[in-house]
Order: sequence, then structure tokens, then C-alpha cells
Amino acid sequence: MTALAHVPTGSGQSAPPPASRRGRYRLLPYLLLLPGTAWLFLFFALPLLQLAAASLYDPSGSLSTGYAMTWAFSNYWDAFQAYWPHFVRSFVYSAIALVLALLMGYPLAYGIAQKAGRWKNLLLVCVVAPMFTSFLVRTLAWKTILSDNGWLVGLLRDVHLLGPDGRLLATPVAVVLGLTYNFLPFLVLPLYASLERLDYRLLEAASDLYASPLRAFRRVTLPLSMPGMIAGTLLFFIPATGDYINAELLGTPNEYMIGNVIDSAFLVRLDYPQGAALSFLLMAAILAIVFVYLRKAGTEEVL
Amino acid sequence: MRSPLRPLSRRGLLTGTLGSAALLATAGTLAGCGTKGAQQTEAACKSDDLSATEKKIAFSNWPQYIDVDEKNESKRPTLDDFVKKTGIQVTYTEDINDNNEFFGKVQNQLKDCSSTGRDIMVLTDWMAARMIRLGWIQKLDKSKMPNVEANVLPSLRNRAFDPDNQLAVPWQSGLSGIAYNGKVTKEVRTIDELLTRPDLKGKVTALSEMRDTMGLLLQSNGHDPANFTAAQFDDALNKLKKAVDSGQIRKFTGNEYSTELAKGDIVACIAWSGDVIQLGFDDEKIKFVTPESGVMLWSDNMMVPNKATHKANAEELINYYYDPAIAAQLAAYVNYICPVKGAKEAMVKIDPELAENPLIFPDDEMLSKSKVFMALDEKQEKDYEAKFQQVIGA
Repeated sequence: MTALAHVPTGSGQSAPPPASRRGRYRLLPYLLLLPGTAWLFLFFALPLLQLAAASLYDPSGSLSTGYAMTWAFSNYWDAFQAYWPHFVRSFVYSAIALVLALLMGYPLAYGIAQKAGRWKNLLLVCVVAPMFTSFLVRTLAWKTILSDNGWLVGLLRDVHLLGPDGRLLATPVAVVLGLTYNFLPFLVLPLYASLERLDYRLLEAASDLYASPLRAFRRVTLPLSMPGMIAGTLLFFIPATGDYINAELLGTPNEYMIGNVIDSAFLVRLDYPQGAALSFLLMAAILAIVFVYLRKAGTEEVL
Repeated sequence: MRSPLRPLSRRGLLTGTLGSAALLATAGTLAGCGTKGAQQTEAACKSDDLSATEKKIAFSNWPQYIDVDEKNESKRPTLDDFVKKTGIQVTYTEDINDNNEFFGKVQNQLKDCSSTGRDIMVLTDWMAARMIRLGWIQKLDKSKMPNVEANVLPSLRNRAFDPDNQLAVPWQSGLSGIAYNGKVTKEVRTIDELLTRPDLKGKVTALSEMRDTMGLLLQSNGHDPANFTAAQFDDALNKLKKAVDSGQIRKFTGNEYSTELAKGDIVACIAWSGDVIQLGFDDEKIKFVTPESGVMLWSDNMMVPNKATHKANAEELINYYYDPAIAAQLAAYVNYICPVKGAKEAMVKIDPELAENPLIFPDDEMLSKSKVFMALDEKQEKDYEAKFQQVIGA
């Protein structure tokens, strides 16, 4: 099979199959691709192009006079200079949230996949259930949980983890907690999928060969769960970095992330070139991080 | 057996995708040579008024901004009365949640002179001013709206963005001032107190709506928000920045401050009068203060956009809501400032207590302290908004 795949198309050394047979099937893969491609073209490629063009408009244009295309690449540098702290903040927050989510999500996924027995499906539903309510409602619920006069802050004050005037709401802690919570299922589900296929006999074999449980985990379980972990971290990290709801509802202006800036550029300040430039900078930064990460993590199967 | 499908290798697929993307990019950017201006004139976007033959209107408004029947929330008494009286069917849609968002929703149609499918939309002063400036709004026929001529409050006449009172008619108005929760703090009387008092630190919010927050700050500096200079704006902005940097101001909010104020997470804030009245019904310790230096008066305005085909019907509806008896019925439910003179007398019959409420029917003294924010041109608006957004963090 592998050898056949390398046979050059069209005329080769081997005789081509009858033309009628080939002709019938040759276009099939492309036809099957057509709906998806058309969809992507209309709702992804075209808007992206439009955005790319907008990021190069003359920044002195305005809504009423319109924007002239001046290939103003300086938009990118200006936008970066004005808002680089927000970029840094976005990546730092979502990185911390990712670590927290891994610490909670890995044991959770492992437990469900390997130890839950007949409760497996119920537990999975519990992981997914919060998604039945809106993202906004879930984030607003955190406002109540973290409220200055709520039980959590009261408890933390009693044990002196927070000063008498300390608070959780409107701090970076609240934003990171919100990010962790909101995107946790995206990490847990792919992890679960790869841990579920884990062959328990491999762990038995490891212990037969005198591996300690820790070592067996490090040498067997962890490598086998890598595809799920990589997919999960990407699914977690990418939307978390671009998120603006958590920062807006649980944070203050000092916690605003790059998503908040883009939102305000498009909707409030009506600075379309800057908003577009910031969007592309964010995409580029995330792409760069993802590529480096995939190189390091070394799995080809994800891309 | 040989497979009839030649496998598409990942590399091949990637090259193909990248190749076509590059091709598209070139084609797209060549075509993407800027955008047209959004400026229009009413004359250029002339539309026929079909009111005589089509007895209907499409009315877009904010949620919870009209009276509903106590027993059946889908019934709207004043609106149903109008339908009965005139035979004009009203499609009432609550699809305006945010001025900026709504602007995003309709700008493409209005820019291109095509219909938004709406005959009346209700937008706040500054957004109304922007749309008027862009030439997106139709002139109303004042002779068809005698109630408006007779009854609109004097302080809402001849506003800078509509000097002849023929483009925008207030639906409801409101004040922006200070609110505090008396359960957790003592009275807050001035903006300076709000921005500097140590016991409020980290428990104060301001509005992310520039005109409300900056208008109050300008007044606290002794300047007139209806007529100020760029230097005066910067002064006020510096004052705000100090309060943000020192951690006095916790955050900038839209409507969402109200739950936090009720819970006591926020003890004092810059707030809208209508929200505070609502909170006050549940907890009388939550109070609204009109600072000595002055308050901001704003309105949400009914406007007829270009290409709306039922202008005469719309005028009839606007006129109907300026009948004091109807206005009182509406005000009794929504609790904002009623822009209709004479509604106070009508309110006495419905609910004498509400008729005495200065946040629904402000007395002359309060009205004399209230200001409408200056009409800004496009450049000013962009500059001021950018500076303000910088301070509030976005």
C-alpha cells in the first residue's frame, strides 16, 4: 500500500487502469471536499482577507469619509507599541490557567477513563453539563461565588489568606480562575479520549518489570496520553488567550486582555485598521507559539 | 488490489491550501482597495412613504423599556391601545442591548442606503448624534406631532445635535449621578468624595459610557459639559486617571453594576437614575445623589432611519406617546425620567407616590443643574474616546 502511494500519477511504469473507471472516481475526493471548502471560503477565508485588507487601511480614515488602502504596515507596529502589555497579560493569564487546568484535568480525565467503572458515562455528562448553559451565565455565576460578601471570601479572610479588606473579585486571581473553569472541559475531553484507550496490560507489564507506579506513569501512561494532552492544551490555550468575557466580568481595566482591546477598537473606538492589525498580531503570536509547542512536543499526528 | 482513490498526502493538501490561499490573498488585496465613506444625505436615500396603504410599523427598542400587563407579560397596554385606536399594527422588537452593538448591526445597510427593516429605533443621545451626523435619519413632520410640540420638556428642546427638534424625539430620559449603598457606607455627596475618600477605596465603579463619567467629572471641576475645551477634558481625565491608578476605582461598568451595588461589593458608584430607583424599591438604603456640581441628563431617542417606509405611521405613534396620560402610564412602569410635560398631573391618578419622585418627575431645581453632553464631531469623538479608553484600560 505504501509503495503504491508513491507511484507517480498519470502515466507510470505500471499500466493505468481503464479510463472509465478512473474518471468516475478521480473527482470524487474533490467533490466531497467541496461543501467544506465552500463553507471555509465564504465564512473564513473571505472575512480573513477583508480583515487583512482593513489592517492596512490608512489610519487617518474614518467611518464617514471611508478608508483608503495605503498599505499602512505601520498600523501593526503602532498597535503593538500601544498594546503590548495586553498581549503579555493574555499569554501569562492563559498559561497559568492552563497549568491549573492540567493539574485538575489530568487526574479527572484519568479517573473517569480508568477508575470510574459504571459511573463513567454519568461523570462524562457532569463534565459536559455546564456547557448546556451559556458561557455568560457561567461566568456571572462566578461573580456570586467570588463576591466580597460571599462565603468564599469570608472563609479566606477568617483563615487570614486574605487581608480584612482583601477581595477576589476584580483581581487577576478571579480572571485566571474564570479562564480555568470555563475552558476546562476542552482539555478534559480529549485527554479522556486518549486515556480511555490506555491498555492496562502495559501497566501490568511495567510493574512486572519492576517499574514503580510513578515510573510506570512517567514511561507508559504519560507518553500514551500525549496526543490527547496536546489536542487538549491547544483547545484550551487558543480560546483562553483570545477571551475577553472573563476579564470584563471578573476583572478590572488592569486585568483587560487583548480580546478586550480588540472589542473596543471595533465597537467603541471605531478604529477598524487598528482592530484588524491587533487581530492579526494575536493570530500570528498564537500560531508561532503553537508551532514551537508542536515541534517540542514532537507529535505529527495532531497537525 | 489497487485503490481507486489516490490518497491525498498531508503535504500535498497543505501545499494546495497554501497555494490557493496565496492566490486568493493577491486577488483579494488587489480588490480590497479601501472602503467608501458612510456619509449619506436624506435626499440621496429618499424612500416612498407607504403609510397610507400599509398600516404597520416596525419598532426596535431596548428590553424592559415599555409597560407590560401585570398578569400577562406579552401584553403591552399602551401599545395595544394604540393599535386599537389607529389600526396600525406594531411589530415591537426588543433588539437593542447596546448602542455600539446595534450600530454594528445596522451600519452596513444605512451606509449603502438600503432598508434596515425598521421604522422606529431608539438610541441614546450620542449615538443619535452620530447617526444624524452621518445623514442616516429622516426628518419628521412636526405638524403631524402636535403633542410633541406642546409637551416635550424645555430642557430637551433644541439639543445641539437636533437644533430644530425634527430628527430625534426622546422616548425616556435619565440622569447620571452618584449612587451609594447606605447599608455599607455613609452618604457620598460629591464626585471628589467618590474619587478620593479612603474608606471607599477599591469599592467604587464608574460608567464605561464616556459622556456620563466625563460629564460628571467636568462638572466637578466647575466646567460645562455642554461646552468645554480639549484642555478642560484633559484636566478631568487626569483626575479620573489618578483615581484609577490609586486603586480607588475598581472598574468601569455598563448596567451590570446594579447587582454588585445591591450585594455591597460596590459601595458607591456613578450610576443611572432608573437603575437606582429599581434597586430602591427592594432596598431603601440604596440612594441616588445629584451632586451639587451638577448631573448629566441623557435621553434615548426615537428616530426614523433612511429607507423606512412608514414614516407617517411612526409620527402618529410618537405623537401618541406624548399624550400626558399615556406617558404617565408608561413612566409608571419604566421609572425613568418622563420627558413629557403634564404627565406628572396624570400620574397622580395612577400612583401619587411616584408622581412625587424627583427621579421620574424632576423639579425645576434639579433640571437646572442637569446638562446634556456637548455634540462632538467625528474627529473629537474619536480622539476623546481613544483617550478615555486608554484610561479605563481598553
